[in-house]
Amino acid sequence: MSVLSQHDDVEDFLFEAYIDSVKHILTLLKAVNFKDNATCFATNKGLKVTVEDSKCVQASSFIQREMFQHYKLNDVQVTFKVNISILVECLNIFGGSATALKVCYQGYGFPLRMLLEEGGVITDCSIKTSESEEILDFNFSAANVLNKIILRSECLKEVFAELDSSSDLIEILLSPDPPYFRITTAGTAGDTKIDIPKNSGMIETFQCTTLATSRYRLSHVKPSAKSLAVSQKVSIRTDDRGLLCFQYMIPADNHTCFIEYCCTPIADIDDYDE
Amino acid sequence: MKFRGKMTDIICMKQFANIIVTIAKLSKLCVVRLTKDFMYFIIVEENVTVGKPMVWSVLEQTHFFNEYNMAGVSEEQNEIYLEFETDVMARSLSSLRVSHGARSVKMKLTNKKSPCLTFEIQLSELSHSRFCVHDIPVTVIPRREWIMLQEPQVTNYNVSIQLPGLKLLRTIAERMKALSSYIVLLANREGTLILKVETPEATVSTHFKNLTVEDSGGDEENDEFFSARVDIKKFVQFLMSEQVNPNKVLCKIVDDKMVAMFLVHEDIVLHYFLPVVAV
Repeated sequence: MSVLSQHDDVEDFLFEAYIDSVKHILTLLKAVNFKDNATCFATNKGLKVTVEDSKCVQASSFIQREMFQHYKLNDVQVTFKVNISILVECLNIFGGSATALKVCYQGYGFPLRMLLEEGGVITDCSIKTSESEEILDFNFSAANVLNKIILRSECLKEVFAELDSSSDLIEILLSPDPPYFRITTAGTAGDTKIDIPKNSGMIETFQCTTLATSRYRLSHVKPSAKSLAVSQKVSIRTDDRGLLCFQYMIPADNHTCFIEYCCTPIADIDDYDE
Repeated sequence: MKFRGKMTDIICMKQFANIIVTIAKLSKLCVVRLTKDFMYFIIVEENVTVGKPMVWSVLEQTHFFNEYNMAGVSEEQNEIYLEFETDVMARSLSSLRVSHGARSVKMKLTNKKSPCLTFEIQLSELSHSRFCVHDIPVTVIPRREWIMLQEPQVTNYNVSIQLPGLKLLRTIAERMKALSSYIVLLANREGTLILKVETPEATVSTHFKNLTVEDSGGDEENDEFFSARVDIKKFVQFLMSEQVNPNKVLCKIVDDKMVAMFLVHEDIVLHYFLPVVAV
């Protein structure tokens, strides 16, 4: 155990935690680092780090409390905004995975303090925080889910690798009938359709009730590739408004961590300016 | 002016090439000063005052060359100063860094339409020998300019501390480079070294303790820190000199004025001077 694990209860803090290796936290944060700003929520369950883009995309990494060797919260929920790119650089300061971390937040107006240790060398970080703003609430509830599939990530990774990046849009079709699951792009060279049948060995769960097709900006969906790359399985759900929600399962030693990635559809074909 | 040298030892050739590669990372241009016993590599920064080279490196020619003959500009001044492009030379010597890449290398001052340092590399081939000839154009530096390339004066450093592994320092400094253009180096005579970057968004500092301090003069109890703020890119470039596999690297600080890194190895010393950047 690192010297950092000796904690001081005297300090007046809202949130304090210690973990003996930053390896998994780094993976989970890098995956959602497609923008500089993130909102952090610390609750009894653990940490949630959320990144948004253009009011259309929202990604959240969940780092459950059980991952930490020490986790103390002096309030029901502690929230703050921080530059996640800087946070990632700091966590990665020793480049290795054998880095221990102690993180501490005293409250509104205080910076996020981190102590990182590897091989007896300590790095002290102090990152400015700001007041968190309202984040989007997509209100994606199980009740409204139309279609859901769970598949092995390697399958979707191949699909993503083949997506035509000259296409502005990506269309996702889910249906209880053939073609079951189809991804379409329309690029300069023509249309590309990729079908995955429901009995494919890659699909573990197939729960589709209604034929539904929605279109999304490819630029909004692409950043999810980072989360996909580190995941083992992914669930894809769409609801009656066409909202797309990916949920990635990431193995982390004895735990499974989650990243959620939601994306709003292009409202109407006519609303989209070609 | 004449110069002709020959290296046949694989380790010497490799180390010589490593030195050139390291220098190439620090600057595009370099001056080589040839004397009877020593070979100097001198890099002068453009905006710096006279007599303050950025890099001052010395190697004893007998550690590298089996044959070494030179005749300088005159008998009283038996020296030659030549300026060359470092990456051109580094690329020419790349075969020396590979195992069994070369059997020997000759280095000569030649005149091929204009002055050149010519490297004739005898490549290792099983049955027959092949030679590879590289002509590196050089500019002969006239005597009146030699004064600008003299050995830097011994400065009174506030603290001289032995750096921990360059590789680790480089990993840390590269991350810090993503956060800021400048880095502050702080050290005290108790053996603590701190690397720090400070921006409006964040302050990050890495602490190394129990490092060896040179010539502390019994002042080990003094925990006062001496510091200098330098360009982080230049600092990172210097850290790439781990290629030379130094025995030790000393970091010497003149408070708020300068940082000097002294890289020490049996075969070579390399002094690197970083001036302070104003806030």
